[in-house]
Amino acid sequence: MIAAVDLATVWAFIIAFAVFVYVVMDGFDLGLGMLFPLFPAKADRDVMMNSVAPVWDGNETWLVLGGGGLMAAFPLAYAVLMPALYTPMIAMLIGLVFRGVAFEFRWRTTAARNRWDIAFAGGSLLATLAQGVALGAILQGVHVEGRHYAGGWWDWLTPFSLLTGVALVIGYSLLGATWLILKTEGALREKAYRLSWGLLFAMLAAIALVSIATPFLNIQYAQRWFAWPNVALAAPVPIAVAAVTALLIRSLGQKQDSRPFFLALALFALSYAGLGISMYPFIVPQSITIWQAAAPQNSQIFMLVGVAGLVPLILGYTGWAYWVFRGKVRAGSGYH
Amino acid sequence: MLSNLDPIVLARAQFAFTMSFHIVFPAFSIGLASYLAVLEALWLWTGREVFLNLFHYWLKIFAIAFGMGVVSGIVMSYQFGTNWSVFADKTGPVIGPLMAYEVLTAFFLEAGFLGVMLFGLERVGPRLHFVATLMVAIGTLISAFWILSANSWMQTPAGYAINPDGQFVVADWFKVIFNPSFPYRLVHMVLAAYLTTSLVVGAVGAYHLLRDPHLAGPRVMFSMAMWMAALIAPIQILAGDQHGLNTLEHQPAKVMAMEGHYQSHKDGAPLILFGLPDQEAGRVDYAIEIPKLSSLILKHSLDAPLAGLDTVPRENWPPVAITFWSFRIMVALGFLIFALGLFSLWTRWRGTLFDSRPLHIFALTMGPAGFIAVLAGWITTETGRQPFTVYGLLRTADAVSPLAAPAVGSSLLAFVVVYFIVFAAGAIYILRLMAASPHHGEEGPRGDMPARAAGITPASGVAGQGAPS
Repeated sequence: MIAAVDLATVWAFIIAFAVFVYVVMDGFDLGLGMLFPLFPAKADRDVMMNSVAPVWDGNETWLVLGGGGLMAAFPLAYAVLMPALYTPMIAMLIGLVFRGVAFEFRWRTTAARNRWDIAFAGGSLLATLAQGVALGAILQGVHVEGRHYAGGWWDWLTPFSLLTGVALVIGYSLLGATWLILKTEGALREKAYRLSWGLLFAMLAAIALVSIATPFLNIQYAQRWFAWPNVALAAPVPIAVAAVTALLIRSLGQKQDSRPFFLALALFALSYAGLGISMYPFIVPQSITIWQAAAPQNSQIFMLVGVAGLVPLILGYTGWAYWVFRGKVRAGSGYH
Repeated sequence: MLSNLDPIVLARAQFAFTMSFHIVFPAFSIGLASYLAVLEALWLWTGREVFLNLFHYWLKIFAIAFGMGVVSGIVMSYQFGTNWSVFADKTGPVIGPLMAYEVLTAFFLEAGFLGVMLFGLERVGPRLHFVATLMVAIGTLISAFWILSANSWMQTPAGYAINPDGQFVVADWFKVIFNPSFPYRLVHMVLAAYLTTSLVVGAVGAYHLLRDPHLAGPRVMFSMAMWMAALIAPIQILAGDQHGLNTLEHQPAKVMAMEGHYQSHKDGAPLILFGLPDQEAGRVDYAIEIPKLSSLILKHSLDAPLAGLDTVPRENWPPVAITFWSFRIMVALGFLIFALGLFSLWTRWRGTLFDSRPLHIFALTMGPAGFIAVLAGWITTETGRQPFTVYGLLRTADAVSPLAAPAVGSSLLAFVVVYFIVFAAGAIYILRLMAASPHHGEEGPRGDMPARAAGITPASGVAGQGAPS
């Protein structure tokens, strides 16, 4: 029994890790897509696209691992959540379809390039909004009866889920802007600095609003954050948010190159930790815990072997691919 | 309007639609990735520029096909949850890990090295670049391994137990992964992927040879493709036969549907070549038959008795007409491909491989045959499994998500619209690339933005002592 408890927790961390790596890796390239409308020049867009073209595919694979891993390790949670999030999930998939093919298609046509640019930007926006809304819908809880989702197909749509949707759009855009600071130079980089300021303050406002709204969703969240002794464990999160924000403001002010991107990621990590504090040990809030949803031990052990052996290897060659395409991307001359 | 429809029918239509679009891309990219690895190896080995030109030519086409395969594959990976949630809950402990291993061992490998393969030749040098190409090719094969293991388990489940929650759980991983139909299915599918690719490559080569039989690039690709078709087609026919015997052993009702055998035959069943299956009446109308041949093929004996669907409870009958016809389409195309291979061997022996217009026209018209055969084969095996998702154990009707028809219907409509826009555009871009012949100094992807590292001579400029292509 103790082994089972530990395994479910281990797997909860693995799934959380996969989803977070996805957010880290795909967040900035989705954000970059959403910033496309603000960069109308073809040369700028070429540079933006080329800064992620060699790596986006690997980035998105973490989403498949998150979904596939959830089905494998917590099949009940997957079976309940996916129908509950039906519309946002379909919207996300359609957004990802448009966005993914745009990486290839926009280079194969002159006449329709503008249309694929719109597909890239629109697809990125749709996918991000859908992910944010899905997050909000999970946090507010879904209606479960027995082993099934028992709500309607519009239950996910609430002011709170729209708030988390918009918050994620802002957050990914900030990641995209700071990525551009890292990977570009000249006027493009200057513009990215300017955008980062606005997006940073918008993101802080969004974090604040979501943090204020979450404890009102149900009493468990409120107790998790404000009842003693939880408050002592939870308090470092907002304090760290303040500290990271101060560093981020300073690095933007000093026009540093790589630090803004990594500090923006740190803000994401802290917000993500906050979500974990709110939800644990539920995987479907208020309905299903990680132990109730866990797959049988031998399934979890079988996969654990693969994860332990392969994830370091994957991170290794992914890192190598990023290293191969390191440095600034310049217009008209590909990679340097 | 949508609320009058059955959500199960809609969910099946959605899965069939998205899967039909998806399956052609892996079928193509498995073969093409291996072909690219062979081309690059030949370039490294011989130093002939024609191989590098062909590599870059097909790399651009691969990039588009792979991109479309990725995006349609992401859709598939979430369909199990959105539309088949009961299936996901019940089979998650068995199927989930197989698919998770596909992600860990194949998808990451392909995606991780794809960027280097597409854009990295000048950055990492030819040898390391070849490693990247090889990793992508190996990744596509590993992917086939896991997904066919998962699919085969649904066809011929083994190594499982059922727990109190009604979930399938694993008793023996080895038996789950290497379930009875898996080896046959894997071989059949990988050979199909290689054949599909060789037909496309051969058709493109033939198209350019019809316009100018002296082009070096098209000559090389046409010759390679025809070798492939001539060698693989007969092996595929044998593999298909073995796969059929395996299916007869483990999924007899599927074979009955493929053969159109509503009735049992005590002393030798005929092979029904054509006819119109009538599911209501349980017979095949206007049948053209060859006596005893079905028994000969399936039991290797003229007078062997063969059971028909009359031995199976009616509620377990697969839809015969679809299975019957899709199977005939696949087999007919298989023999046409075999004929193409023989024809090419004959012209090769006579020394007219590059000048035979009939051969080139034949090869050109056979370009899409592999895709059609793969689709027909997939329809045969999946429809023949009905009415079950896990054969004999979990009914399709009991596997579906608790969703109302409007939700499933509108998402189906959205996928239809989006897929037709996106994949039609992709097909146009691929055909446009194919319409140009591979030329001297062919560039890789991003032709309009040369990825030249400052001061480094591109590899394509160094190794150009071969014949101009």
